[in-house]
Amino acid sequence: MSYIIMIITAIFVNNIVLAQFLGICPFLGVSKKVDTAGWMGLAVLFVMLIATLVTYPIYYGLLVPYGLGFMQTIVYILVIAALVQMVEIILKKSMPALYSALGVFLPLITTNCTILGVAINVINFEYNLGQSVVYSIATALGFTLAMVLFAGIREQTAITKTPKAMEGTPIALITAGLLAMAFMGFSGVDKGLSAALGL
Amino acid sequence: MSKLGIIINGLIKENPTFVLLLGMCPTLGTTSSAINGMSMGLATMAVLICSNFVISCIKSLIPDKVHIPCYIVVIAGFVTVVQLLLKAYAPAVDEKLGLFIPLIVVNCIVLGRAESFAAKNSPLDSACDGIGIGLGFTVALTVIGLCRELLGAGTAFDVAIYPEQFGALTFVLAPGAFITLGFLVAIFNKFTKKA
Amino acid sequence: MAKLENSLKNMVLSLTAITVVVGCLLGYVASITDAPIKAAADAKQQKAITDVVPGEGNTVGEEVKKVAANGTDASIFPVMNGGKVVGHAVKAISKNGFGGNITVMIGFDVEGNILGYSVLDCSNETPGLGAKMPDWFQKGQKGDVIGKNPAKNNLTVSKDGGEVDAITAATISSRAFLDALAQAAGVLTGADVATSASKQNKEEEVSANEPCAADSCAQQCLTE
Repeated sequence: MSYIIMIITAIFVNNIVLAQFLGICPFLGVSKKVDTAGWMGLAVLFVMLIATLVTYPIYYGLLVPYGLGFMQTIVYILVIAALVQMVEIILKKSMPALYSALGVFLPLITTNCTILGVAINVINFEYNLGQSVVYSIATALGFTLAMVLFAGIREQTAITKTPKAMEGTPIALITAGLLAMAFMGFSGVDKGLSAALGL
Repeated sequence: MSKLGIIINGLIKENPTFVLLLGMCPTLGTTSSAINGMSMGLATMAVLICSNFVISCIKSLIPDKVHIPCYIVVIAGFVTVVQLLLKAYAPAVDEKLGLFIPLIVVNCIVLGRAESFAAKNSPLDSACDGIGIGLGFTVALTVIGLCRELLGAGTAFDVAIYPEQFGALTFVLAPGAFITLGFLVAIFNKFTKKA
Repeated sequence: MAKLENSLKNMVLSLTAITVVVGCLLGYVASITDAPIKAAADAKQQKAITDVVPGEGNTVGEEVKKVAANGTDASIFPVMNGGKVVGHAVKAISKNGFGGNITVMIGFDVEGNILGYSVLDCSNETPGLGAKMPDWFQKGQKGDVIGKNPAKNNLTVSKDGGEVDAITAATISSRAFLDALAQAAGVLTGADVATSASKQNKEEEVSANEPCAADSCAQQCLTE
């Protein structure tokens, strides 16, 4: 049951983009079309899940026993970079259809701070492996949701007249602000839900 | 270009936040007050100067194909140094910035400058570029933080300007970050780009 | 100086060399910052203890670790003066904060009256609302709890029938703070306490959503 609350919290209440400001670069950069935004979200989901699954044992199996906690950032970013490369090669060889859809986004994901952020967060929150997996999937879903919604709005603002200075990024940012305001309506939902479920 | 020219260039012409629109995550996430924005800017500036300088020194020792991983290791090293020093000597700042300190690693500004400037220029010029871009980032974050703090909580650098209850709290919260940045970029566009 | 060519040997060598050098450097920095990091954490705790149980010449006794009624870790620090216990500082956690846990240090005198409090961690509360916690409940402020006794006073928010004014538009955070306070008192007296925060936040529909757009905040202010 607590997993349900966790999922709802990560997707709606504490949305990684709109409430925690992670992954803003792809959020602004790859959100001009709904379908590209969706594929980008899926690519993030894929890499985030694998990255969490790989970095979690590395932290508790290697870094903690040898007192190397301070190497966390370096090791994580190298592992994520290597992972993205590997995923790219494997997809290219075994699943060309999926590769042609996700391929373009994979290199971008290395510098997507959601991946590193989630990998560090599950350590900071002291989650166990199961919770970490659920958290990373839910976070990536939240990311995808924000991307797709935002891309839908941007397709409309692109054909609307805006003041010269506001064109492009400024109007996109203000739109994102309004979307974030809408998502604030979800605050408290997690508390209410856990009350309703009697947790 | 003179050293001063390089610094000015980073501050205005290639301002990382308002012109290049890089490093948006900390720009939005850490600017709930002017002080927070400024400390994030200074932390990033420290990493930028060091990584630019070192990468420029060792650039000829790195084969092209592995240059990105090598740069990332150097950057991640300096980020961890900054993080450890903050934890030890400024724990309050470390608490405020939290996750955004390790995330300097994936800040596109740092890697971007290593790639586009440090890899081609002398160590001293690269350090100057680090100072310029770092200052540009710090000033931008401080301004955003100041606007949000002033509109949202009625204070500037924690000094009360008008009574708190007249502030629009939204500006301190998430939506305000996007909206403030949107308007500031638009204003910057208005004055720099002649249409 | 010419660039190294892209041979496998060169690539592996340079990447390994850089990683090793950076690793050693970090190891060195970590070893010299290790002590100050611990000292900073200790100093924060010590300062919190002397803040909540003030007095000249006080010394802090051995930490007693306990488990609070809500299952979290709590600690009691006896504060002595001239060999006599003058009060206790209790560190307790509430799990009912708006965005996660909040950690407080509460000072009690020997009769159980609250001498002072210090919020160690409210980083998950909303800035401008729940994050006002460190000041709101201090002496002379609107939600003053200083000098009250959890055993005699009804230390719940007025909405729940208690005598403490909640932070404007931040009822959940206020309940969580009082929950942490009750946990601390419970740990000290050894009694099991069910608090209004743990009950109320579950029973009641969460009507007073904490962060809100500016207009609904204004409304809240008007209604109070």
